Amino acid sequence: MMAVEVTVNGRRYREVVEPRLLLSDFLRHRLGLTGTHVGCEHGVCGACTVLVDGVAVRSCLLFAVQADGLAITTVEGLAQNGRLTPLQEAFRAHHALQCGFCTPGILMAAFDLLSRGRPTREEIADMLSGHLCRCTGYEPIVAAIAEVAGS
Amino acid sequence: RFMDDLDPLPHAGHAAILRSQLGHARIVRLDPAPALAHPGVIGVLAGEDVVAMSRPFPAAAGSPHPYYAAAHLTARYAGEPLAVVVAKDRYIAEDALELIEVEYEPLPAVVEPEQGEVVSDRSFSYGDVEEAFASCDLVVRERFSFPRWTCCPLETYGVVADWDAVTGTLTAWANFQGPFTLHSVAAAALGLPGSRLRLITPPDSGGSFGIKAAVYVYIVLLGLASRKLGIPVRWTEDRLEHLAGSSASTARITDVEAAFTRQGELIGLRYDVIEDVGAYLRAPEPATLYRMHGSLTGAYRVRNVAARNRVVLTNRCPTALNRGFGGPQLYLALEGIMDIAARRLDLDPAELRRRNLVPSERFPYRTPTGALYDSGDYEACLDQALERARYEARRQEQRRARADGRLYGIGLACVVEPSISNMGYISLVETAQEREHSLPKSGNAEGATVSVSPLGGVTVRVGTTPQGQGHKTVCAQIVAEVLQIDPGEVEVVTELDTSTSAWTVASGNYSSRFSGVGAGAVYVAAQKVAAKVAAIRDHLGDQSLSLRRVAGIAHWHPDALPPGMEPGLYETAFCAAPNLAPPDEEDRVASSAAHGFIVDVAVVEVGRETGEVRVLDYVTVHDAGRLLNPLVAEGQIRGGFAHGAGAALFERLVYDEDGNLLTGTFMDYLCPTAPDLPPLSIEHRETPSPFTPLGAKGLGEGNTMSVPAALANAVADALGKDRVDIPFTPSRVWEAMQG
Repeated sequence: MMAVEVTVNGRRYREVVEPRLLLSDFLRHRLGLTGTHVGCEHGVCGACTVLVDGVAVRSCLLFAVQADGLAITTVEGLAQNGRLTPLQEAFRAHHALQCGFCTPGILMAAFDLLSRGRPTREEIADMLSGHLCRCTGYEPIVAAIAEVAGS
Repeated sequence: RFMDDLDPLPHAGHAAILRSQLGHARIVRLDPAPALAHPGVIGVLAGEDVVAMSRPFPAAAGSPHPYYAAAHLTARYAGEPLAVVVAKDRYIAEDALELIEVEYEPLPAVVEPEQGEVVSDRSFSYGDVEEAFASCDLVVRERFSFPRWTCCPLETYGVVADWDAVTGTLTAWANFQGPFTLHSVAAAALGLPGSRLRLITPPDSGGSFGIKAAVYVYIVLLGLASRKLGIPVRWTEDRLEHLAGSSASTARITDVEAAFTRQGELIGLRYDVIEDVGAYLRAPEPATLYRMHGSLTGAYRVRNVAARNRVVLTNRCPTALNRGFGGPQLYLALEGIMDIAARRLDLDPAELRRRNLVPSERFPYRTPTGALYDSGDYEACLDQALERARYEARRQEQRRARADGRLYGIGLACVVEPSISNMGYISLVETAQEREHSLPKSGNAEGATVSVSPLGGVTVRVGTTPQGQGHKTVCAQIVAEVLQIDPGEVEVVTELDTSTSAWTVASGNYSSRFSGVGAGAVYVAAQKVAAKVAAIRDHLGDQSLSLRRVAGIAHWHPDALPPGMEPGLYETAFCAAPNLAPPDEEDRVASSAAHGFIVDVAVVEVGRETGEVRVLDYVTVHDAGRLLNPLVAEGQIRGGFAHGAGAALFERLVYDEDGNLLTGTFMDYLCPTAPDLPPLSIEHRETPSPFTPLGAKGLGEGNTMSVPAALANAVADALGKDRVDIPFTPSRVWEAMQG
């Protein structure tokens, strides 16, 4: 067992975990942050994407102990005081989610992308190639992110 | 909150499932002792226990291989459950799986449908098919092959099972999607009356598209584990398990023959179908084969049609519901043969279709196989699609492109999209004589409850187990309209609990039935509440009483109610689709209640050097009756398109000759991503259905049916061939170009 100390959505957690515990399982089952979803556990579907020190990563491809000392943002950390972020509002307005299972991961990756400038629609679609959505056909997701990007 | 987010019971054990490594093998020995000795392991349920503790799952037709929730002695597909380990956590359970000693004796595997073991063989004939073929001017024939694929939702299966030994009741939470006929199938396997299998669905489900119907098998498997070990058990499937062992579409080989007159009138059709349902005939199969039976003639008015339907077993994962459910397979063959005929008759494919469409004045139209097409204007829909696609201009571009040596193709598909399935169509697998001895089945009904709390809060509860199709939005909208309140004031509860919800055997989310019967039941229940509210206002002589006030009176002051009125405001309604009789003596069946219509036009270019298929334009024009919510409707169309395009361009479950799955991860099974999907133009027409309460028809599956056919026709047109097999991965197309 190993000690791990992480900041998740601004809150400090100190836990003792098995070294093999995935970050995704740590977030969901140890911390109860079930907004991060698990779709494939081999790094393709993108549903488990979180921000680690501001960068979008697959939480199913990291061990919890690798996040020691880092700051993590999950989808639960986006809305403040029950108010959705503009990106979340845009997803709602564009019907960019149906079942909602892939949405948290896509939101986190979109935040990373939007933090780097104003992506074009092509750049948005490129970023989304790292995420699987089986419901929407992606177009409304591109439209929602593009609206926030002003592109 | 999704299934794996729920923790309904404390101290549940975590299950992991040992699965067959081989496609077909005798299990000589399975020894769980080393796993049981592993620290943290609570117990093991082996296939032997499953066979001892349960009965085979019943299905619509007989099969030489009884189907249990886990295999004992013989494994028939790679991924078939052999044992369940329950441990303190999932990591330990997976460690212990590796400790179970299994000795296999490999057996020859069958993976090609043509070599499959036939478990059902039925022939049908309507009109005078022999005469049509004898008197026609042209016969065209081709063999079409639809591969196995899966709509694989992003959320995998999940079950929490809790056996109560005192009452002999199994309570299961599972992301099951219906049809709830399968609840009865699961209860029968467990030897329980339905009342002792309490099934509860979570508030949210991460997609399904039919695939999660087969969760019922795991409800039984985990239920038996709970029963044997005396503790609640939870299991969340992983992606590798999902691709290997959950469910899939059928693979279908269709030999189709079509008889035409010189003028291009289709006068006869013959199908010879081999349907691969995998290792077991698993309920509701062979429903994929019969779901479209009423629509074997598609959008065309041909009256003479015959079909031979063979259902075969192979050493591959059992099949079940998958978006489109028989439609993609049917239309690949029917629309493909129309294009071949157009080429032989030297007619434009759009013109050939126009000459054969069911005319608008013929609705409601009874097809020769028994469907009652409710409404439509097929020719107007075709015209609209051709105009939107700039069809004539595209044909000119094609001529120029071809002159430049480019491979440029245009493909059409005209597709009737049935929705709201008749629960009786599956009995066509039996002959009329055999059917006389069983309970006739028919119809499709749904229940809904609308209630108003003592403080005036409105709750609607539905049995349509949505997975993101916007049922909540539409239900709130319908109830709000009827009760004249704001949709934001309506709480919609979508968890179905078989012990407390108003449900039917037909409940669930499949055959695009929500907008017809699901929304219909909500509408009728809301009307019952509205009528009661109006009666109370009339009785008290005060039309200005608010809903909140009326609700308060109904709950707290029943003495003030009209004589004989029941207290409270809690109304349940069931809505049954009309015209869904059991199959008749001539094997005709109205397999669905409503029928939308779709015309798709696809324009593609194939890379001469690479075989890459680029979709330049894709137009779809829909007539799904009255649209309940345009945004939700467009979402369904785009999603159905994405699945159809995935099946046409990328997706295929590939097995090697020994029955090993070669596409067992998302690295190998290619779901389309955002840059992969072509642009889509959508237009609507609205011809209301006379047979549904709101005039709406289903629209969730139509493009999954039409897109493979339209793209296949476009690629064949580009290459100047009669047939190119889907999916159009560059290597396959390149090979077709060389052939």
